[in-house]
Amino acid sequence: MPDFGWIIKMAFRDFRKNISRLMLFVSSIVVGIAALVAISSFGENLTADIDNQAQELLGADLVLENSKPVGDQPLDSLAIDIASEVNFASMVAFPKTGASRLTQVRALEGAFPFYGFFETIPASGDADFRAGGKKALVEKTLMAQFNAQVGDVIKVGEVEFVIAGELQKVPGQTGITATVAPAVYIPQAYLEETGLVQYGSRVKYNRYFLFADQTDVEALIKPFEDNWEIERIDADTVEDRKRSTGRSFANLSNFLSLVAFIALLLGCVGVASAVNVFVKEKLASVAVLRCLGVSSKGVLLIYLTEIVIMGLAGAILGSFLGTLLQFVLPAVFSDFLPVEVSFGISWLSVGFGIITGLFVSVLFALLPLLKVRNVSPMATLRPETADSTILKDPLRWAVIVGILAFIWGFSYYLLTDVKLAFGFTGFVVFAFGILWGVAQLIIWAVRKFLPISFTYTLRQSLANLYRPNNQTVSLIATIGLGTAMISTLYFLQNQLLQEARFADKEDQPNMLMFDIQTAQLEDVKATIKAQDLPIMQEVAIVTMLLDEINGIDKKENEALDDEENYSRWLYNREFRVTYRDTLIDSETITAGELVPVGARGDSVFVSLEKDFGEGNGLKIGDEVVFNVQGRPIKTYVGSFRDVKFNQVSTNFLVVFPAGVLEQAPKFHVLITKSKNDRQAADVQIQIVREFPNISIINLGTIVETLEEILGKISFVIQFMAFFSIATGILVLISSLIISKYQRMRESILLRTLGASSAIVTKINTLEYFFLGSLASMSGIILSFLATWLLSEFVFNIQFRGAWLEALMLYLAITFLTIVLGWMNGRKIINQPPMEILRGS
Amino acid sequence: MIILSIKNLSKTYQSGSRKLTVLDEVNFDIEAGETLAIVGPSGSGKTTLLGLAAGLDSGSTGSVNLNGNALETLSEDQRAAVRNQNVGFIFQNFQLLPTLTALENVMVPLELKRRKDARQKAQELLNKVGLGDRATHYPTQLSGGEQQRVSIARAFANEPKILFADEPTGNLDTETGEMIEKLIFDLNKEEGTTLVLVTHDLELAAKTQRIIHIKGGKIQEDAHA
Repeated sequence: MPDFGWIIKMAFRDFRKNISRLMLFVSSIVVGIAALVAISSFGENLTADIDNQAQELLGADLVLENSKPVGDQPLDSLAIDIASEVNFASMVAFPKTGASRLTQVRALEGAFPFYGFFETIPASGDADFRAGGKKALVEKTLMAQFNAQVGDVIKVGEVEFVIAGELQKVPGQTGITATVAPAVYIPQAYLEETGLVQYGSRVKYNRYFLFADQTDVEALIKPFEDNWEIERIDADTVEDRKRSTGRSFANLSNFLSLVAFIALLLGCVGVASAVNVFVKEKLASVAVLRCLGVSSKGVLLIYLTEIVIMGLAGAILGSFLGTLLQFVLPAVFSDFLPVEVSFGISWLSVGFGIITGLFVSVLFALLPLLKVRNVSPMATLRPETADSTILKDPLRWAVIVGILAFIWGFSYYLLTDVKLAFGFTGFVVFAFGILWGVAQLIIWAVRKFLPISFTYTLRQSLANLYRPNNQTVSLIATIGLGTAMISTLYFLQNQLLQEARFADKEDQPNMLMFDIQTAQLEDVKATIKAQDLPIMQEVAIVTMLLDEINGIDKKENEALDDEENYSRWLYNREFRVTYRDTLIDSETITAGELVPVGARGDSVFVSLEKDFGEGNGLKIGDEVVFNVQGRPIKTYVGSFRDVKFNQVSTNFLVVFPAGVLEQAPKFHVLITKSKNDRQAADVQIQIVREFPNISIINLGTIVETLEEILGKISFVIQFMAFFSIATGILVLISSLIISKYQRMRESILLRTLGASSAIVTKINTLEYFFLGSLASMSGIILSFLATWLLSEFVFNIQFRGAWLEALMLYLAITFLTIVLGWMNGRKIINQPPMEILRGS
Repeated sequence: MIILSIKNLSKTYQSGSRKLTVLDEVNFDIEAGETLAIVGPSGSGKTTLLGLAAGLDSGSTGSVNLNGNALETLSEDQRAAVRNQNVGFIFQNFQLLPTLTALENVMVPLELKRRKDARQKAQELLNKVGLGDRATHYPTQLSGGEQQRVSIARAFANEPKILFADEPTGNLDTETGEMIEKLIFDLNKEEGTTLVLVTHDLELAAKTQRIIHIKGGKIQEDAHA
């Protein structure tokens, strides 16, 4: 049995001479742990705040929502107060400049929100709005975009409203919602006058209830739920909102934790790499200890104790920094948060960080540390016997399996999905495998093919890549993976924007007008043609509900088991359907065929979008009964279509054949192409002026909105990716310091042999250049691969290499490596060899 | 009483497809308290023989019995315990633990034996080798001769039955080397330890009671003084 007291004593003795170097090991994990603790603490606080502010999230105790007016409810008499809102997308014009934009119009009646309040500038804006008259509250993003002032006039449909206040904050809404669909509040009393609610308008009706304190809303609404289900009324209580918001943010928090986890894994590679060098330097001491009679287990425990002490120190430091860091997070995530987040130390998160940090340091350090068990005492006499290979040691394989199990377990804990956790683990193994393979290949190639004709400085700097105790592989893996993460995010963001911009090609439409009533159609077409614009697509749209699938109606479907029933969503949603016998450019048939209707009374075969159809368990030949304005139409699934949704086009989940829906009430969509922004603005102004109910989307606005959204998202992602970069830099610094003594010895030798400090500097700079280059290039290649896979299989867009951005990244990372290397080495180079000899 | 008995000891290494025999059927016994030198040219197998005799490695065939312990039947950890109880080492390159002070280096074998008086005994040994005032110095702060004196103090710390020394003066200048030789033989005499010495230095070898000449892994001569 080892004497633990003595082992700890020996560990501390060794530790005091190695403290600064051991600190470097753990510095690698500090950032990762800090990120994990920060996200975890933030998530804990956010969950608590969502709980505390849940009523403000909803603004009421209960909301009933429908696509038809909700109307009076038996519940009304139990409420203290009731408010209602009609909301829909519509163009809002700013007559002062003539500009207009698609917004979310919210026509309000009553004292909503009952919890929380509209934050406006001026503060009296809300009261002014509610005092009566044609007044509006306008979201701040919209005000800023059109340079509007309080007191200006906006035109919603046929009615002009005076802006009573600039909306800063609406309970339960996030900054990102305001970017996607900026809101304009108007009094409901003037809704009809605007003329905007017409057939085909996608209108939502909300009815808000305020009940007495302590009312059990869940129990209160129970008796009414069946009836609401039939009427397709959606009921949302504070508890529902709490659950759904909590779930969304738990998902976000888990995703961010996963990003932090990647930073931690990078740090772990740093730990393993640093411990590897540490162990190599300790082999002689291990052999001596073995000679003196210390068992292999005893030796392992001495060094493991040191790792445990430092792992604990790193984990505590990381947790402390993480706790501080959470104060920054609300600012980073401000656009995505629906509640005010409070600050506080989450001891659960701190404990989680400390345990995780300690565990990963030990786990990853064990991989190189286990080597000490195999050191023969004979190494005191013959040093070359002091090594072993990984293949010979089953315990090291067990540690590798342990590491993989840990990665899988941790990702499963965050993702709560077995397959996703395997996917993530596979990705990590694949990425590290690729980078490790690249590094090994480079080292092998340099060793094998390094031409003797190269200049000495070039040869020496390249040869340094495979010097004993080199950290080429670990540096390429850590810097490479950090680069890969950053560049993948960057490339992908760029790619999505490029895709949106690319859509604005010669032959592609860039302007879409919808909600056109049949009576307006010819006039709108004439207006467009008068501006010398082509009508590229003209589509009629009929709204309908779904009554039955294969004879199963909504009620029967509810009674079926989860495995057998169809999604409830199918029976509740409103379908917007067109009719035609041909495919458009963005469509291809994947199964079945388009079947036209021959004669009256023929079966009607509809075509379904592939993912929608297959995803909902529908098959070719299935019978589907739709309900058009109360009239049932029996159809059969005739085909599945693959639809490219990333084009400016009208795409449909369900397409009817021609000859069935022509007489049904419908509205129209026109698609055109403006030659330039000026022309697009002119047409938009004219259409909005003449036909205020018509909504217009142009590609320019989409690109702008997309840029803004991606900007906000990428800020968050870049903030998280920063942890990986910071870890990469720490690993780089630590490996440079660890190899400092070796470099010092080489430098002495070279200078003793007569090399000038300029030559030594050149050799070192070139070595850093190669290291930085190889690491960043490997990372960029990996990110190209990841971007291609994501483009191809997730976003369904064409991959375009961002070569210029890749070059910039390459230069930046290589430059950073050279600068850090140079800063680390300049002291050695500037000293005379004798001084270094004495000092070492 | 025989303290070390080596019977038919061979050591072979596989180098690619070639089999390399470093030691070939070596046989000899050492009496307790005897001093012995193993001499021979470079690559003759003398260091390998020392390593096997001290239980640092195991032979390919044959047996090594150290103070009643059949080393070939023991695991490496069991051999470590035998070394701690019976063996002291002095190395050519001193092999001090760089992160431990001189005193702590000497304390290690005593602490491994769980001796309560480890510090006091180690200090006494340092005093004996003339380094009592350098106890808190680290190896890098000591000269080569001083380091070897610490190494000698450490070797005698656990009162070994047998002391193995591998070229103990090989890294030292003549004057320091002579001082170290004297220290080893004086302490050996004082403690009554068996001494096995590997050296190129025939003058040093001549100071022992017995010299084994080894060449090509075989004993060429086993001469008693």
